[in-house]
Amino acid sequence: MSHPVQAAEFLQDAAKSKWHDETLWFVRDKRDKISHTIPEWEQLRELASKIKDNVLGNLDTYLEDFERNASKNGIKVHWAKDAEEHNSIVLSILQEKNCKAIVKSKSILTEECHLNPYLEKSGIEVVDTDLGERIVQFLNQPPSHIVLPAIHLKKGDISKIFHEKLHTEEGNEDPTYLTQAARIHLREKFLGAKVAITGVNFGIAETGEFVVCTNEGNADMGVHLADVHIACMGIEKIIPKREHLSVFLRLLARSATGQSITNYTSHFRSPSAGRETHIILVDNGRTAQLGRETFRNSLKCIRCGACMNTCPIYRRSGGFSYESTVPGPIGSILSPGLDLKKYSTLPFASTLCGSCTDVCPVKINIHEQLYAWRQEITKAQGTSGKSLSMKLGNGIFKSPLAYKISGTLMRAALKTLPDSLIYNPLNSYGKSRDLPELPKESFKDWYKINRG
Amino acid sequence: MSSRSEILGKIKSLKLEEKPLPETPVFAVSPNLEESFIYSILSNKGEVWTIQELEGKIHSGTFPKVFSALPEFKSFSNQELPADPHDFADLDLAIIRGQFGVAENGAIWLEDVDLGLRAVPFIAEHLAILLDRKQLVGNMHQAYQKVGMTESGFGLFIAGPSKTADIEQSLVIGAHGAKSLLLILT
Amino acid sequence: MKPDSPHIALFIPCYVDQFYPKVGIATLELLEKLGCKVSYPQGQTCCGQPMANAGFERNTVGTTRHFIETFKEYDYVVAPSGSCVLHVKEHTPAIPELEKEQAELHHKVYELSEFITDVLKVERIDGSYPHRVGYHASCHGQRGLRLASSSELNEKPFSKARKLLENLVGLEWVELTRTDECCGFGGTFAVTEEALSIQMGKDRLEDHLVHGAEILTGGDMSCIMHLQGIASRNKQALQFKHIAEILNEAIS
Repeated sequence: MSHPVQAAEFLQDAAKSKWHDETLWFVRDKRDKISHTIPEWEQLRELASKIKDNVLGNLDTYLEDFERNASKNGIKVHWAKDAEEHNSIVLSILQEKNCKAIVKSKSILTEECHLNPYLEKSGIEVVDTDLGERIVQFLNQPPSHIVLPAIHLKKGDISKIFHEKLHTEEGNEDPTYLTQAARIHLREKFLGAKVAITGVNFGIAETGEFVVCTNEGNADMGVHLADVHIACMGIEKIIPKREHLSVFLRLLARSATGQSITNYTSHFRSPSAGRETHIILVDNGRTAQLGRETFRNSLKCIRCGACMNTCPIYRRSGGFSYESTVPGPIGSILSPGLDLKKYSTLPFASTLCGSCTDVCPVKINIHEQLYAWRQEITKAQGTSGKSLSMKLGNGIFKSPLAYKISGTLMRAALKTLPDSLIYNPLNSYGKSRDLPELPKESFKDWYKINRG
Repeated sequence: MSSRSEILGKIKSLKLEEKPLPETPVFAVSPNLEESFIYSILSNKGEVWTIQELEGKIHSGTFPKVFSALPEFKSFSNQELPADPHDFADLDLAIIRGQFGVAENGAIWLEDVDLGLRAVPFIAEHLAILLDRKQLVGNMHQAYQKVGMTESGFGLFIAGPSKTADIEQSLVIGAHGAKSLLLILT
Repeated sequence: MKPDSPHIALFIPCYVDQFYPKVGIATLELLEKLGCKVSYPQGQTCCGQPMANAGFERNTVGTTRHFIETFKEYDYVVAPSGSCVLHVKEHTPAIPELEKEQAELHHKVYELSEFITDVLKVERIDGSYPHRVGYHASCHGQRGLRLASSSELNEKPFSKARKLLENLVGLEWVELTRTDECCGFGGTFAVTEEALSIQMGKDRLEDHLVHGAEILTGGDMSCIMHLQGIASRNKQALQFKHIAEILNEAIS
């Protein structure tokens, strides 16, 4: 299915989509307010962007530094060129430890690699411990937002699935009650897991440590009770020095949820005595993206989700409409690099309003990259503006409505519609919108008479 | 070819232009660090207690199982640090001392040496952190200057209690870890 | 007008030419009232934006070449549209043998309000316009040309359009809840993502209506055409005018 179809479906439930829009707008508003309390906010964005520029220009060196330092600290470093290799490394560690049940904190990378179904196929119980992720896991859904995984659900939905899975009282929708039920359920899982998996927010080349940020404390709860910690990290998450954490941590939580910092910011440098730490450095398309000059700096992303909260499309179409692990504006510039055909409608799911670019804490020119992907997609589809307008020629004159709107704009627009539209009725524009009345004379006519 | 050399080889073959690292300028900080710090902690849903309030609560039996390695709370501690953190599954209160706090966000820096076991601040139902009010910095840049090149195997900023807003964005305190963060400035 | 006054070319977007000649006329008259020497090069056509935004920038070489040829002789090119100006500046392919002219053109093409504030250096416009006016900040002018501060950025608030409107006697500026959210027009987006486009437009209209706007104005007729189309379909009582029409009316 394409984005427009999914979006139209999401909008069918008007009350829910309005709630979704307003809730995420509220999060963006909190982000605006807190960022305005930091006079150096724009300087911090610039610094973060420049640090990431430096990282992307020296990624090989920093990865080698990171590996050397992490190994020195007793962390076992693995390399995975793709999702499959990443998953098999995780599985082999679990098998070696004879581990049948793991707890996992939020990691978009493991979603990207589809780790859960992979492990479950091998008979391993995977428990996502972030509350939002546990909720969507109960429903066999992926997260719909990278920071707020269950933002597409209402408390009624959650109450229902908790009643089914955790035997909470039927109809009790109180968030505190439901959270408490999840706490008791997950506490048992934490206490029982021998291996804990986490994502990584930042890997520091200089020290070989890595940093994980949560509000729930679920990453730490898992890691510190387990014998083995496996951290999964995309290779672009490297930063050069520990001091650079200050810049990124000042931006991350403020951009994400409008809070000044996450309540837990953990720096893992070496395992405690008798325990093991593994880190898997994953490529999975990142070096290819690094090689695309126009799209390279999409790799600066620190996964704050601010572009989703601000995007007028995302807010009204929901995360699932993108059908990609990372949805929203940033997903729409990352995903086409992974599969151009599959994600071909995403760069068009935008008005190019530019709000994503202005909220981005690392100053990724997201809307410009959306525009650039459009050019790549039409090239790859082998279509040209001309051939499309030829194909459309007949259609326009067959439709009385299209004939009526024969103004230049509509002509120009109709000539250039992407493939998906050619097969749609040509009267989409006028379905819920009146067309302007055609004046008696054009400006050009008026000018000839009055000024010519 | 190993994936390691494949990945590194791909990056090297791109021969990307090297761009310089920027210098972080010095930014102004709050003129009243303690006031800002307390404001931040409260915003993060932490609580500010006095040492007497904490002692009172312990006396009255609010926290049956208490652990602290701090000399000033030795008498209240009725738990020994176990070898296995699982043994702390029903710990009611842990009292630890933070190294310093950050005014702009309420974050308190802790290392292995302050925790005993890394699980302590997470597994305890409630967490009290003592902090010397003279040990406050303005922002995260100053914080990392203070952290320096410490080689603790684990370092941690705690800025509040365990919290979540994953159900309809309603804030709930006490998701998995400590249900409260009690800050005591000394 | 001094004989050596700079010569300004009017760049009237194709849909304004076809659907909103009165906006073209208002733009021309306004610039003349402000003492400018203005001509409308009659050979002009569409700038190519719909093609480029649909992913066919490479097919706009001819249009772009024609645009440069049409406008290269003028000192300034002024358009009552931020969107088309942004397109000409940022999304046109490089034209062989016209590199110099193209580069120069990028520096002399202006959206109407920024031309008045930045080139003509008009500090205030005196006149009367006793209405409650809601301003729709079109994205390409807002974040593309930076015609106003962006709500996302931590910067000193400013708005070139507001500067021109706020001194008009009797004009009440309507404060919106979402000051610069997109209206959902987006060119072909309005057709390819029809459902979203309509919803976004409805939400924008609602913001103006609940804050008591009587007239909705802006710098881009494309957004206004979309919003007006939805309001008209839903029988919402709101008038729509381009900022050029308001300014021209106010000082006459």
